[in-house]
This record gives sequence, C-alpha cells and structure tokens, in this order.
Amino acid sequence: MRLLGLKTFRHGVHPPELKDETSHLAIRQFPFAPVLAVPLSQHIGKPAIPTVVEGQQVTRGQMIAKPDGFMSVAMHAPASGVVRRIALMPSITGRMSHGIFIEPYPGSTQEVVDGNPCSVDAPPDEIITAIQHAGVVGLGGAGFPTHVKLKVPEGKHVDTLIINGVECEPYLTTDHRVMLEQCEDVFNGIRYLMKLTGARRVIVGVEANKPDAAEALRAASPTDLDLSVELLSVKYPQGAEKMLITALLGREVPSGSLPIDVNAMCCNVATTAEIGRLLPRGRGIQERVVTITGPAVRDKGNYRIPIGTPLRFLLEHVGVEPEFTRVFLGGPMMGQAASSLDLVITKGTSGVVAFTETEAEQTHRHVYPCIRCGYCLDACPIFLDPSTLGMLARNEEHTRMADDFNLMDCFECGSCSFVCPSHIPLVHQFRTAKAAVRKAGST
Amino acid sequence: MAMIKKTLEIRTSPHIVSGYSVDTIMFNVVLALLPISAFAVYAFGLTGLLTLATAVISCVATEHVLCRLSGKPSTIRDWSIIITGLLYGLTLPPSLPLWMVAVGGILAVGLGKAIFGGLGNNPFNPALVGRAILQAAFPAAMTSWIPGFTPDRFTTLAPTTLTLPFSTPSYDGITTATPLSLWKFDQVATDASDLAIGFVSGSAGETSGLLILLGGIYLIARNMMNWRIPASIFAAVILLSGALHLADAEQFASPLFMLFSGGLMLGAVFMATDMVGSPMTSLGCCLYGVLIGVLVVVIRVWGGLPEGVMYAILLGNAVTPLIDRSIRPTVYGTRIKEPAT
Repeated sequence: MRLLGLKTFRHGVHPPELKDETSHLAIRQFPFAPVLAVPLSQHIGKPAIPTVVEGQQVTRGQMIAKPDGFMSVAMHAPASGVVRRIALMPSITGRMSHGIFIEPYPGSTQEVVDGNPCSVDAPPDEIITAIQHAGVVGLGGAGFPTHVKLKVPEGKHVDTLIINGVECEPYLTTDHRVMLEQCEDVFNGIRYLMKLTGARRVIVGVEANKPDAAEALRAASPTDLDLSVELLSVKYPQGAEKMLITALLGREVPSGSLPIDVNAMCCNVATTAEIGRLLPRGRGIQERVVTITGPAVRDKGNYRIPIGTPLRFLLEHVGVEPEFTRVFLGGPMMGQAASSLDLVITKGTSGVVAFTETEAEQTHRHVYPCIRCGYCLDACPIFLDPSTLGMLARNEEHTRMADDFNLMDCFECGSCSFVCPSHIPLVHQFRTAKAAVRKAGST
Repeated sequence: MAMIKKTLEIRTSPHIVSGYSVDTIMFNVVLALLPISAFAVYAFGLTGLLTLATAVISCVATEHVLCRLSGKPSTIRDWSIIITGLLYGLTLPPSLPLWMVAVGGILAVGLGKAIFGGLGNNPFNPALVGRAILQAAFPAAMTSWIPGFTPDRFTTLAPTTLTLPFSTPSYDGITTATPLSLWKFDQVATDASDLAIGFVSGSAGETSGLLILLGGIYLIARNMMNWRIPASIFAAVILLSGALHLADAEQFASPLFMLFSGGLMLGAVFMATDMVGSPMTSLGCCLYGVLIGVLVVVIRVWGGLPEGVMYAILLGNAVTPLIDRSIRPTVYGTRIKEPAT
C-alpha cells in the first residue's frame, strides 16, 4: 500500500512524533555509575551463567557470563572494576533476577579490550556463535537473542533482508542517530546478516521523518550490495516486524508464523550496527545508545550508556524536574513504567522518558462506556475488533476472546488505547486476558 | 548531587493519548447543531425557541433524575444528552404543544436510553424513539406544520404551543403542507433552492439542508463522524429515486427534491451517524447507509406516510448488531495466502 507515494501498511495511528528535541543531538558517552548491575537475564531464554566470582577484578569488555545453551547470550563487563556481589536485583517485569554488581575503578577508562575477531568470511556457524558470544539481542526492545533469529531453519530460505530503521515510537531517536553516525557499522553488519540468511537483497526501511538518515545511508551505500533505502510514510506501529514486511514487500505474515515463512528477515538497524561494530573486533555489548528525554528531563539527549547503569544515577546525571512522577523505559506507546529507580539500563532499553504530572495526567482520564465509535477498529494494525474484545474482557470471557476474536494475535502496540475516546484501558485488558489464556493453556 | 527519592507512578502503556474524548466529540456535535438550531429559531420565532428549549430541558432533566434514581453520578456533563435533546427538538413540528414535547422528551431518554443502561448501550437513537412514540400517540399533532417566516413570529406564539396538558390542540386555519406532503398528496413540486436553503415549512430543524451539510462537513473534517454513512445514504437515495424519476417523472419526484426535502438531511447527517447505533466497520457503515437510503425512498414512494426517514433509521439501528456480527474485519495473517517463493 502507498500513501502519497510512500509505502506503508494499513490502519495504525499518528501519535505526535516528539522527536525534535533530541533528533539533532549527537550520541554522547555516559559516565560510569558508582555501581553497575548487569542482569543475567536481559533476553528471552535462559539467563547467562556467571564466569566471574565475587571479589574478582574485571576489565571493560571482558565476558562475565556465558550463554546457557543456544537460547541464551553472553554478558560483558561494562567497566573495569571489581565484582562486588552476584545477587538478586529488580527487573522491569517486577520479578527479581540475578545480576552481577560491578564497582568500577575510579580511573576506569572507556577503553575496551578486543577479543577474537570474526570476519564475514568465517563459516556461518562461527558467525552465529560469535553473535551469541557478543551478547547480541534485539535492541529494539523485544530482547530476542539475535543469533537464534538469524539461524535459518532447514528447508526455509530468505530472499529479502529488511533492516528496520523505522523507529516509529514517539520520543525515541537512537536508531536515527545510529543511522547518521554509524553508517559504516550498519553496512558491515548487513554483510554478516546477508551471509547468514543467504538473502540477495537488502531494504533499509526508514520513516519519512528521518530524511537525513536515509540520505546518509544512501550516500554511503557500498556499490557491491543490492541495497535500497526505502522511505516510508510516518505511521505507528510501522516498526513492528509484520507491519514493516507488509509495508515494504506487500507480504502478509500468517498468524502464528514468523517472517521467515514469507521469506523475509527483519533486523533492527541498531542491532545490525552492533553486529558490524563488535564482530570484527571480537567484542561484546557492554553499552548501548539510549534516548533520555521527556518533559521532566533537563539535559535531553542520545547517550551511549553502560549496561547496568541504574536509573537513579542516570536521572541524577541528566537532571530531572523535582515534580517528575512517571518514568518509563522505551517509547510512550509500548514502554513499561519503571516501578523503582534501582532498575538498570539493559540491552533492550531504547529510551528513558520522564513525565511530570502535566503529561501523566493525560492518561488519568474519566473512563466512559464504549460508544462503539469504531476508532479502535480503524487503528488496529492486526485488524482485530478491540471494542468487542474490550467488552468480552470486562466479563472475563478470555477463552472466547482467544478463540473467536484472535486475541493472541494482539502484540500490544497500544494503538487502540491511544485512540479510544472513552479512555478504556484496552491494551491493559488484553495483556491480562492473554496471560490468563496462556496460563489456562499451560496447565 | 542530591539523591532522588521518589515514589514512581506505575501505569501500563500507552503513556500518551490522542486527545479525543467522548465529551469533546459530543460537544463538537452540539457545536455543529447550533447553526441549525439557530436557523430553526429564526424560521419559527418564539414558537421554535420554546419547542427546542422544552425538548432539551425535558431530556436533560430526565437523564439527570434517572441517573440519580439508579444511584449513579449524573451523566449530563458528557454532552450526549444535549445532542439527544436538540435532535429530538429539531425533528418536531414547531407548533407541537409543549406538554407533548416534554412527554416525548421524557420517554425518549427513559425508554430510548436509560432503560438500556445509558450511553453506549442504547440500540436505537433516543431522539427518534421519542419522536416515534409521539408519532404513534399524537398522529394529528405530529403531522401539522405551521408556516415559517411569518412576520409576527418573534412576538406571538403559535396558538397550539400552550395547549393545556392532555387536551387536544386545534389546528384549524393555521397549518400548511410540507413539500413532501404537497408532492405525495397533491403532486406539487417545491423549488429546489428553497428546499436547500430552508424557506419551506417542516419540522424545526429539517428545513435548511445547507446548514446541516455544513455541520456534517465540520464533524467529518474533525474525524468525529463517519462520512461513509451519509454518503451511502445519499448515494442510495439518489440512485433509487433517480431511476424512478427517469422512468416516470410525473409520478416520482426528482432526486434533488428527495435529498433536500423532509428529514433526510438531518437524519442522514446527524441521526444515522450516531456512533452507538451504527456499525463499526467501514463496509458495515456503507451497507447500513444503503439500507437506510433504500428504505427512505421505499417508504416515501410506496408507504402510507409522506416521510419515512425516522423509521428507516430506526430499522437501520435494529440491524446494526446483525451487520456488526456478520461483517468482521479480516484479521491480519488469517487470509489464506501462499508464501511468495
């Protein structure tokens, strides 16, 4: 589908972009917090196994936890220092999980040790292992181990590799900056990905509100790759894998299937850049680019932040208005509210947004009954019927929601809640219902 | 650096909202109805003003009292009851005795809305429910229209307006025929430009097609009205009455006359589009509109009454649940599609 000559998907919403305050700010290095706490589980799958002990000295970039099986990735020391303890720490989901607490040396520098490099010419299995040992997970937020996704199963093939530079969440500008500042890393990463997937062509999808990023990528494109940079019309949630595939290729990923079932593979542009930056040096992810913004933040910007930096240190460093009330990790549409400032930056954290009471109030509206306006039906990118699902949720008819109204296809993008004039917490109801269905299914 | 100590607010995403709200939508519909109401007052003077005011006040008061009686906070602040009151008033003959207006208003809200559970749960447009009850109870009074634009309209009331409750109003010598009944019973056509601007007789708000269209365009531009509903009603009316008119221009009125006469404009733009009683999908809305359009022409041409918009819309409301059940959006990824090779 095209809109004013630009490709896009059907339905979706147009939230305010709110990116102007940080999109022009170059990536800055963030200092080390007095204690960095690296969670062992920053990904979907098994937690990593610590390879260090309490009291041990570590150097920045050194592997401190190894993957536990295939569905797991390694962790690296974000700073040179001493491992103070390995203990439980809070996570954004509310559960406690283990983490390695490192106290950086006062003089710890930004220097990183190099490991065993892995070149593009290495056998695919070696590259897969190298990605796993570099600790790479989807940096867009899902935290799925990238090497698992990149392993093309027997009998499937990929004809098109899609690099996701959409960044459709309001406020966030990390992918934008990475595309502007790390073109070479992106193209390097693409070479690894093409090698692994066997894809012949690459499309980089960029929304039309980042023309400079598209221009930078086009200008630096290597001539030996079948690569195109496609501008997409600005719409949320275009960065969702399925929406992006439909927008760029016109293919619809069947319900319950993966992009590879329509011969496509998507990879976030920041993840791609990390692969291109880390593998030739044999390094691992010990920091990531995060947009710190929101009306309550004073020194807004895009920062390269060591993994394990606590939110408290982070907010103290950039400065926050005293009346801030809500902090969420990720964008405002799908980001999760932080329950505690002891939570840390993980590999999946693309943004930290702080609200004052003024912005927080907007979601405290009076809830009206559903007036069947149908706005949510026009918003849902999956073409669900959130209105009816919401009414069923009120009666806790979870099985019917899943069986007759495709509840499990909902990926919680928040478009329905965003447009609902009755302010019904639809996504919240669907999350609860999905959890109930999963629980009923597993017992 | 001071250590931040703070209790954080936890809330699920999304953390931003579109800014649309039930009360803002309803308020904008009221805004769109204001010029039409003003024109009704201009055309029918004091009589029109009293009719509209009684309609609105009776509806608002009923809603407020019924909310309180059921132990819930009053919902009159969401503006939806003002819409009901205005629409109900605008569909009435301006000379209707005020006690009948009040009775209809009370029944519109009581039987059309509150009994179903209030806003969002009413299957039928409450304003039309009230009007339908009046039509059945007081057929003579509901089909007697006074002429508009009389010179003394701002100083004198129509003699029927203040008829005592439960007594029968006398319409001798004060009524005039509407364009639709002129056509239906006397085969007299009314000039199209008079129809469009509203220099004709009829219900308070049914006369000025252009103001109604302007209000509709305002709401459509603000995405507060589904344009597919009026568009498909108009399309169905034009096509069906156009075909009939082409076949026999003597017997069947022209499509332009059909569009701008009677309650079609007000009904198609402001009543059929009531979000609660209309389908949710785009295709459903088109189907619903076509159904209403066809019914309007069928009732006007072959029915016993000169006007059929009210019944057409009520029937449309009645089939809406059926339309919403049968026309569902096709969920992404559930179309059977061979993966490209």
